[in-house]
Amino acid sequence: MTPATRPNAVTPARARARLLQMHYEAKVGHIGGNLSALDAMLHLHTQVIGENDVFVLSKGHSAGALYIALWAIGEIADDELASFHKDNTRLGGHPVAHWHKRIVFATGSLGHGLGLAAGVALGKRLRGESGTVYCLLSDGECEEGSIWEAAMFARHQKLANLVVLVDANGLQGFGSTAEVASLEPLAPKFAGFGLDTIEIDGHSPGALDAALAGRSDAPRVILLRTIKGKGVSFMEGRMEWHYLALNDDQYRAALTELGA
Amino acid sequence: MRNAFCAALVTLSAERQFAFLTGDLGFMALEPLQAAMGDRFINAGVAEQNMVSVAAGMASGGLQSWAYSIAPFVYARPFEQIRNDVCLHDLNVKLVANGGGYGYGVMGATHHAIEDYGVMSALQNMRVHVPAFADDVEPIAARMAADPHPAYLRLGRCEKPKDHVLPEYAPWRRLLSGTTGVLVVVGPGAGGVLALASSMPEAERPDVWVATQLPLAIETMPLLLIERIRTTGALFVLEEHVAQGGAGQMLAHLLLVNGMAPRRFEHFHAHGYRSGRYGSQGFHRTENGIDAATVLAATV
Repeated sequence: MTPATRPNAVTPARARARLLQMHYEAKVGHIGGNLSALDAMLHLHTQVIGENDVFVLSKGHSAGALYIALWAIGEIADDELASFHKDNTRLGGHPVAHWHKRIVFATGSLGHGLGLAAGVALGKRLRGESGTVYCLLSDGECEEGSIWEAAMFARHQKLANLVVLVDANGLQGFGSTAEVASLEPLAPKFAGFGLDTIEIDGHSPGALDAALAGRSDAPRVILLRTIKGKGVSFMEGRMEWHYLALNDDQYRAALTELGA
Repeated sequence: MRNAFCAALVTLSAERQFAFLTGDLGFMALEPLQAAMGDRFINAGVAEQNMVSVAAGMASGGLQSWAYSIAPFVYARPFEQIRNDVCLHDLNVKLVANGGGYGYGVMGATHHAIEDYGVMSALQNMRVHVPAFADDVEPIAARMAADPHPAYLRLGRCEKPKDHVLPEYAPWRRLLSGTTGVLVVVGPGAGGVLALASSMPEAERPDVWVATQLPLAIETMPLLLIERIRTTGALFVLEEHVAQGGAGQMLAHLLLVNGMAPRRFEHFHAHGYRSGRYGSQGFHRTENGIDAATVLAATV
């Protein structure tokens, strides 16, 4: 089934509820950054990415959102999700390699994905293969120097088959991106490297479709303006949900909000 | 060895598909390869972390990728990219390090590589090749190209005595016969040992062996080598690498766990920069007691 004909049976609210269930049952955190990235990852996997495309999750701590996106398209079974974070699982807290054709790289150490994605894109071009490479970064990850090595390389090599998405939720591990690194404005930084950069509402599938259309011969960077913890009011914009796990009351309250 | 490497890859490029990345090095050396490979020869710039990630990315799609720089810039600077992107995924990436050991001499410690193959040998799926002579480079490059796993190649300056005829390439070779023990050499230092030991009587010199592929394994050690270690009772190891993670430690460990420990074991290895003074590769070898004369004198 091609993305264009694939029904989007799993709504964002349903995906959020399943993601929370998975994290609640495993009693683990990293929920905030999963919720900020989920809308874009779900839309990409259900409506955009085809057989010849490659998705590289550079912000490996959003592995949960990747598993949910792959679950939404039938690539990961529901009972496999139940193994998340448990002993003998294939669903680690960060993606592990060698088991799923759509999880090409084990990531988790920040700053690796864009260089890998650039390599996949260049390899495709050298071998005359079709397909687009999508790479999702976090904004805090852009503090890694290797991101800018890769940005310079991607532009110089004119990797038109590369799309870089940045989950810009403005929060990182121990403060906001403003407090830690004066990271913003981020768009002019990418644009300054010659990348074709656009900022959109990172929770809008329509805006993402528009941003993916009409690309130039330069790699496209899509800054996804997102909200950490999106969809659960008591998590939204709060740094602690980078780490916290849900207790029983919080889990029930979150599901109620999501209408699940 | 750099020219031999370039020639070997020019030949290979006519036989198989691969990409070659350089970290902005190769002037007056790699131009023939650049001409032969066209758009598959990529100057990745002075950005070695990205170079290794790109190589891994290309290899993940089935395109074997070679990445080249001065030794420390290819094994140390992008270490995590080698560990995670290349080795964890067991990808077909070949790292090529020019100037192993103290090869860059007076250029200074930042350009030396005296702990490289110990570090590389510790990684999952990694194979290490340390040619001793320029003649080794072509067969090693062919083996690397044919093997779909990560590899690290440490190049140096060939010191083979003029007109000396080497045995056909193999990861273990006996270069000279002797009686005072077995001397195992890793790297181009074998040339200086050959030059000096060839003029010594057999009764006053050790068996001289050269090992080029790491990590070492008991299964791949020639029976003759094991027999010579047993009958002479003495094993000497010479390498331009620190003791930690080096071939000496590997050999000692292998022989010990297999109940074959010789009565005498001496390891001649790099220590670092004890005087704080810098000079040629020869200067550093002498300061570390890993020059051919010092080692052969100690093996009597």
